[in-house]
Amino acid sequence: MRADLELIHRWVPEGAHILDLACGDGTLLEALARDKRVTGYGLEIDPEGITACIAKGVSVLEQNLDEGLVNFEDDTYDLVVMTQALQALRRPDRMLDEMLRVARECIITFPNFAYWRHRVHLGIRGYMPVSKSLPHAWYDTPNIHLSTFNDFEHLCREKGLRITDRAVGIGDHEGHWATRLWPNLFGEIAIFRVERQNRR
Amino acid sequence: MPEFPDDSVGLVTPQTAHFDDPLALACGRTLPAYDLVYETYGTLNAARSNAVLICHALSGHHHAAGYHGTDERKPGWWDAHIGPGKSIDTNRFFVVSLNNLGGCHGSTGPISLNPATGRQWGPDFPMVTVSDWVHSQARLADRLGIERFAAVIGGSLGGMQALQWSLTYPERVANAVIIAATPKLSAQNIAFNEVARQAIRSDPDFHDGWYAEHATAPRRGLKLARMVGHITYLSEDAMGSKFGRDLRSEDLNFGYDVEFQVESYLRYQGDTFSTAFDANTYLLMTKALDYFDPAAEHGGVLADAVAPSRCPFLVVSFTSDWRFPPSRSRELANALTRAGKPVSYVNIDSPHGHDAFLLPEPRYQAVFAAFMCRVAGELGLEETA
Repeated sequence: MRADLELIHRWVPEGAHILDLACGDGTLLEALARDKRVTGYGLEIDPEGITACIAKGVSVLEQNLDEGLVNFEDDTYDLVVMTQALQALRRPDRMLDEMLRVARECIITFPNFAYWRHRVHLGIRGYMPVSKSLPHAWYDTPNIHLSTFNDFEHLCREKGLRITDRAVGIGDHEGHWATRLWPNLFGEIAIFRVERQNRR
Repeated sequence: MPEFPDDSVGLVTPQTAHFDDPLALACGRTLPAYDLVYETYGTLNAARSNAVLICHALSGHHHAAGYHGTDERKPGWWDAHIGPGKSIDTNRFFVVSLNNLGGCHGSTGPISLNPATGRQWGPDFPMVTVSDWVHSQARLADRLGIERFAAVIGGSLGGMQALQWSLTYPERVANAVIIAATPKLSAQNIAFNEVARQAIRSDPDFHDGWYAEHATAPRRGLKLARMVGHITYLSEDAMGSKFGRDLRSEDLNFGYDVEFQVESYLRYQGDTFSTAFDANTYLLMTKALDYFDPAAEHGGVLADAVAPSRCPFLVVSFTSDWRFPPSRSRELANALTRAGKPVSYVNIDSPHGHDAFLLPEPRYQAVFAAFMCRVAGELGLEETA
């Protein structure tokens, strides 16, 4: 399993009812159902991902995240997970609101644009970064809202959200001491666990 | 040996099950005895765990796959999806498909004799509902020794039956597949059905439904009803690409004969149907559609209505279906998620309108096959053929 998914797998509590936004081929939900009796739904728009979920027995709903989560009621899930999709949404900030409306807690992962290799690409070589976490060229990328560790923390502060956990991923490996000390520089993938402070 | 395609179930023969135990119907009346005509494809395994029930739509019947004879031009109505290696793989599943009560293809219906009077039931045949069908189908399952279906599957009105099965007999349904259906009809849907019924009922040959005793049939009315129905089954794009505004001859003739290709097509479809289908059955089936509304008993809250179900669902819609558009399937999927039920919802991109559920389309087939493959895997079904 991908490093960020493995970490999330550890973070999700036993028996939780969750939504996995942009669930891809359903790897995470399948593992969580098997290992932790987790229930819930994946949301996906990629036809191949959807078919793969169905083949695995993962409940998947064809749904465009840019249209929000209007079909889910307030506080009906324990947790909402979204891996590697925040940067492709039209309004990531509104999605964050939506996620924390249907659940008190969410886990989000995205590529950290301030990763040192990306900085080298743009700052020294003068090209838009292309890497394992940002594999597309500038003209055909689905990623329209790239951000950094710092940007996301700033957004959470502005919204009055509590970051309860934070981790970094470097490709397939979990971060070492340097990434934990300077995540904005050494973290290739940002992994945040966020909850809302106010009671609804 | 007759020549059939390799992925066909081949030559099939309908069977009849006779039931003597009276069936109480939702309308308050009771059918004292009845026949159900059905076909099966594939082999029932020793554990009797690989049975799949196929429920038919408005004008459908028991002949879902294969051929009745070597001279039959077209196979059963869902042959695209039932057969060796197809979505509903008859190498693994034992498929049961029947003609519903009230039908006109062998099961007891308006054209059958009423034992109490010795004359045809005609318009006196009791109104049947989706629930009534499900009860009668459960008795057929008992007869075949099927305790629990690996899957109950249907498109359109058939999808409504699959949904009802999961609510009435949750312990007897391991999985449900609901395609191009709706949890209830909209006012517009009912309106179209009413136009169809009025077309039939206002035909001078209708004779209040006793047309058979007048040695006639309301063919013009039935033809009109089918023409209206057919328009709602196709999408505007499908009609446009199939016929456009093509004329049959080069000149306009400023009259009411067939001028446009689409007129010719609709008249042909209507004519064919009006000689093969019973008008009273058409009236009954459209009423069954109109009445279907499982949420009604739960204050209109569909999520409460689906609470008894205990199986995973696959809900499929088609982008260009405007008879039961994707929003209606999504409504059902949303109710199921609200109730915390396992459900997958897929909206297939197709230009073919409501009829898309009958046709082969790569993504539709991939999704359908993936679901059925998972069903077989989870139930530990080996290949039986």
